This record gives sequence, C-alpha cells and structure tokens, in this order.
Amino acid sequence: MKNIFVPNPKEAESIQIIREVAAQFERPVLLFSGGKDSITLVRLAQKAFYPARIPFPLLHVDTGHNFPETIEFRDQLVEELGLELIVAKVQDSIDQGKVQEEKGRYSSRNSLQTTTLLDAIEKHKFDACIGGARRDEEKARAKERVFSVRDDFGQWDEKNQRPELFDMLNGKIHQGQNVRAFPISNWTELDVWEYIKTENIAIPSIYFAHKREIFERDGMIWTASEHVYREETEEVKEKMVRFRTVGDMTCTAAVLSEAETLEEVVEEIRASTISERGARIDDKRSEAAMENRKKVGYF
Amino acid sequence: MSTENRKLINIATAGSVDDGKSTLIGRLLYDTRSLTTDKLEAIERNSKQKGYDYLDFSLATDGLVAEREQGITIDVAHIYFNTDKTNYIIADTPGHVEYTRNMVTGASTSQVAIILIDARKGVIEQTYRHFFINNLLRVGHVIVAINKMDLVEFDQQVFEDIKKDFEALIEKSDYTEDQVTFIPVSALHGDNIASGSETMSWYQGPSLLEYLEDLEIDELEDHGTARFSVQYVVRPKTDTHHDFRGFAGKLYGGSLSVGDDVTVLPSFTESKIKTIEFFDQQFDEAVAGSSVTITLEDEVNVSRGDMLVKSSELPKSEKQLSATICQVNSKPLRIGAKYILQHGVNQVLAKVDSIEGLVHTDFSGEEAAEQLKLNDIGKVNFRLSKPIHFDPYMDSKSNGSFILIDEASYDTTSVGFIQ
Repeated sequence: MKNIFVPNPKEAESIQIIREVAAQFERPVLLFSGGKDSITLVRLAQKAFYPARIPFPLLHVDTGHNFPETIEFRDQLVEELGLELIVAKVQDSIDQGKVQEEKGRYSSRNSLQTTTLLDAIEKHKFDACIGGARRDEEKARAKERVFSVRDDFGQWDEKNQRPELFDMLNGKIHQGQNVRAFPISNWTELDVWEYIKTENIAIPSIYFAHKREIFERDGMIWTASEHVYREETEEVKEKMVRFRTVGDMTCTAAVLSEAETLEEVVEEIRASTISERGARIDDKRSEAAMENRKKVGYF
Repeated sequence: MSTENRKLINIATAGSVDDGKSTLIGRLLYDTRSLTTDKLEAIERNSKQKGYDYLDFSLATDGLVAEREQGITIDVAHIYFNTDKTNYIIADTPGHVEYTRNMVTGASTSQVAIILIDARKGVIEQTYRHFFINNLLRVGHVIVAINKMDLVEFDQQVFEDIKKDFEALIEKSDYTEDQVTFIPVSALHGDNIASGSETMSWYQGPSLLEYLEDLEIDELEDHGTARFSVQYVVRPKTDTHHDFRGFAGKLYGGSLSVGDDVTVLPSFTESKIKTIEFFDQQFDEAVAGSSVTITLEDEVNVSRGDMLVKSSELPKSEKQLSATICQVNSKPLRIGAKYILQHGVNQVLAKVDSIEGLVHTDFSGEEAAEQLKLNDIGKVNFRLSKPIHFDPYMDSKSNGSFILIDEASYDTTSVGFIQ
C-alpha cells in the first residue's frame, strides 16, 4: 500500500514559519520558558530541520522564581537535543540597577523580564525571537502578526503593522530592529495539548496533578513559596493541583485537578470552562494589561 | 478526536461598522460553547456597565483599547473555535471604507467568506466592495448572512428582495450561483446561527454552522498543480547523515511522489524524487499543504527560493508581469517605482512599467490612473530583474500571488494577483 503523508494543517503552517525564520534571519533565537508552548515549538523546530539539528539557540529569561521542575526539565531537554542554551537572569538586571523589584502583595518579576529580554537581544545581536504566543490566549494577542517587527526599544506599534498576505512572510528589517516570530499563532490551547498527546512529548511534571502547598487569594490558587508574598492571614493548605500555564511562581495560579495523565489533562481542557489566561495573575491587573505590556516590548 | 482528524476552515468576515458582525461571531462562540466562564463574565460585566439589557457579544471580539473606546473593529482579529468535526479560524476584518487592506488580508487565507447585510438596509456600497474582494481573491464559498431579521419582523419578502439584488452582483462576478449561499439570520437572538429558526419556518436551508459543518475538505482546497517551493536546504553534516542534502519546503496544489520526474526552477535542471521525508519518517507521496523535506536522485544545485515542479507541468517563466494590485500601504504605487517582489519565498526586483487603470470595486469598470493609493485596486504591468515561475492566480492562489516590499522602508506595500 502507498504510504501517503497527509499533513496536519496547523503543524505544517508552523513548520513553514520556523523555516522562514531560520532562512530570513542571521541570528534567530527561540524564547524558551519551559512551558508547554515553548516545548511544542522545540518539537516543531526539530521536525522542520530533521535530520539536521535545530539551527538556533534557546534563550531562557530566568526570573529566579521558577518552579524547580521547569529548570530541571529545561536542562534535560537541551542536553538530549544537543542545543545551545542561553540564560538571561532578571536578577542581573536588578543588580545592575536597571529594574526595581516590585513590593507588596502582588509583587512579581514578570514585568521586569522585559528589560532582561531586551538586554539579551542587544547583547547577543538577535534579529529574530521565536515565541510561543498564541492568538487565542488573549485579545491583544489576537491582533499580533506572525512576524511582528519591533524597534530598538522592543516596542510594538499595533496600529502600524505590516499586513500579512497568504503565507508570505516579510522579515526584512533595518539595523537595530528585530522581529518576534510566532509560529503557533493559530493554535488553541486544546490544539497544543492534543499535539503533545499525539506526539507523546515530555512536559514538566507540574502540568500534572500533584500535591502542593498552596494558599488562596482573590479566588485563585497561589503557590506557597519564599518567592511569593503572603499575608499571615492567608492560610497554607495542601491540595491536589496542576498548572495550566507555566510562568514563574509569582504570576501563575494553579487549578484544582486530579488529572495525572496526558489523556486526563486533555479531557480536562476540553471540558474546562475557565480560559487559560484566566489563571494568569499578570493579566488581571486591568482590561488592557497585556496590550500595555506588549507595547513596551513584552512578548 | 485528535486535531488531525478535524478539518480546518478559515473564514473571513466582513461587514459595515454596525451591521452586527461582532455580535454574529460572539453568538457563534456562545452557541458552540466556546466562550469560557471568565470571558462570559467579562462580557456580562461590560454589558452591564454600558447599561445594556442583553449580552453584548461584540465585546468578545473587539480587542484593542482604541476599539473598545470607539466601539468599532479597526484591524484583523483572529478568533478560534471548534466543533467535534471542524477547527474554525475567523479573520474578523473591518468593514469601514478605508480598510480594504484588512479585508484583502483576511480573505487571502480564507476558504469561506461571510458577508453581512443589514436586512433594513439591503445591498449597499459596502456589500459590493466586500463581494468584489472575495471575487478578486477567489474565496471559494460566500455566505450572505442577511442579519437583523428580527427588526423586519422576520419577513420572507425582505429576504427575497435582498437576495434578488445580490444575484445581480453574482452575474457580474466569476462566481457560480452554487458558490453563494443566502441565510436569513438574527445574530442577537441566535436564529439560523448554530441551529434553525422557529420564527422563520419559511426558510428551509441550513443554519450558518450547519452549512460550514457540511463543507467537505475537497471543497475547501485550492486545486492546482504541484509546486514545491524550497525554503531551506537541510545539510546535517553529521556522521550518520554525512551526505544528506534535503530540500525543506511546502507543497502547494496537487501531490508529489517518490520517482516523479521533476524540474528545478530557475535552473531547469531535471532529476527524480528520491525520498519524501517528514521528521524521522519516509513517505511515498505527499499531498498539498505538506511541509516536508525532499531529496533528489542527482547532485543538482538547489537553493532557497527555487521551485520543484513535475517536469510535465512547467509553470510560466517570464520577466514581464501583468497583475491586479491592491495597495496596502499609505505610500502610493507610481510608474517607475522599484520594489522587492516576493513570490512565495523567492525575491526579485520589480519596476512598475505602467498602470493600466484603477479598478472600481463595485464591478462598474476601470478608469485611468497615474498612481495607486492605499486601498486602491488597479491593473499594473511590471518588469522584473529575473524571471519568476508562476501560474495565473485563477489557476493557483499560492503560485499566482506576490507581495511588493518597499526598498527603503521594507514595508509590505502591495499584494498582486497575476493575470
């Protein structure tokens, strides 16, 4: 029988985009957070260039407040695939006096990452950063281009974006500009999970239900950790939880869950009624939270 | 069910500022249970704040701060939902006069277009424009949703009159009658959106969602001849794959099989397909839409921007082009101007030889023009630095289209459809 390759249209599109990044730019980098979206990107990049190695390094912007499971996973993946990993530390930006640690109840290093990222881009002369952002995550992201041109300050000019026609990608930029490329723009959260399941991709253990010390605030579940500010009145309990999205500890809320396997996680997502970024504390600051952060260079 | 088993439909929506497009999309999301609790709560909260006694679904789709303030959509927004059978992507494009650019952008990736008509207003200038652009871009299926039927007492005669007016437009277009479907709807109340309408029992056709669910994959594809554009040459240079030279790219139209006689363009070198590979697997054949890697029997010179085609199906190779251009940048296109022309992943230089005319987007013909301004559509002749290997847009969307890039700003200024 003839062995016919029938593509998954979303996978095919992502691979096409990743190849365009590698071909059109001199020094691309893949922004790797250790979360499921960037892990999916790594698999797609592997497929795009197989049997050759992925022809660009990974960049991890490390807030210092990561889940240890994520860091462990990251190091293992990098070693397995023989990739180059660059770690840019938010702590260094703080030590250099470029950013100031937030104080108080909702303090997080999430928005400080932007400075660290922009410095890393400049230092390593990256002209394209591949990110795992998806348009379905958040409404400001719904308008993001696949190739999004940023100026020297990393700023996003949402009113003046290059139109993207068919699947032709224009990555021409001037000195100092760089492009944020989003190969899985058109994937939904469910698409990502179904892909991870079909492809049997390894992901950090915190995506599966586990016992964790947590406390509740504003209807959300926070990790009890030295990195997360907690009032004395906020009581620490042990619960079965898992994470749907993995930022650092200060901006990622857990959900109560019993889903211990990929099958159970996919089922849970399919049946879920709270959208993914609903568990992101950083978006809750205001209606326009994401848009305002993107304008100044956040990915 | 896995994603791979679902079909993917890209839909472009277009409509005037207040004909209820966002409400229609919001309603589709609501009825397919695609709105999550927190999004629904945000809609309820916002609707209440504005003093509405109904849910304002338009808030589900209007993304940017400026839009929320003005209450209109100003750029292309992408909305995702799915059913058990289908993954849907809606490119929601604004219907305001000066935003032809966004409509063209949305239509370029869509197989289905939804044109909204306000039942109280009927076919207006906007309708002409939207339909014209869908016709120009050859969007395969057009759904004319005649909305706000609740405001005309669900009157069949209103529907029939609008349908008749629209049919006069179909005659002026390249569409056949069966590519255009008319559905009377009330987006606000949900009539004929996901399911039928009790109040409009005179309408026997499918609801909007039923129509989309029934479209077959075959009806959604752009049929053409196999064109494989090489994006990247894979050379691992490792011990295990020392001599491997694979050509990574995407296959458009038709299919390619191992053993096919192929010609490499622009060199016109001939060879045979040795392997078709995807990740760590090999296949006998790949179909349209595949991002695969191909190796050839012979050591031929192939680089990025080249195209592999079946030797029996050569495209046209020319240094002169006539194309319909839509200007998508505020800098006008003028005679004598030079651009970088990007055709697929291949780039050449192009010079504007002459502008044949400005095309009226209401099917009323052409007029002479010295330049094409933002949102203008015109017929333009180009001279190229090197030949490109194309098919007319009528035969192949992917191999019959190109973009123009400004040499100084690097902005994408225009999109072209080759005649």
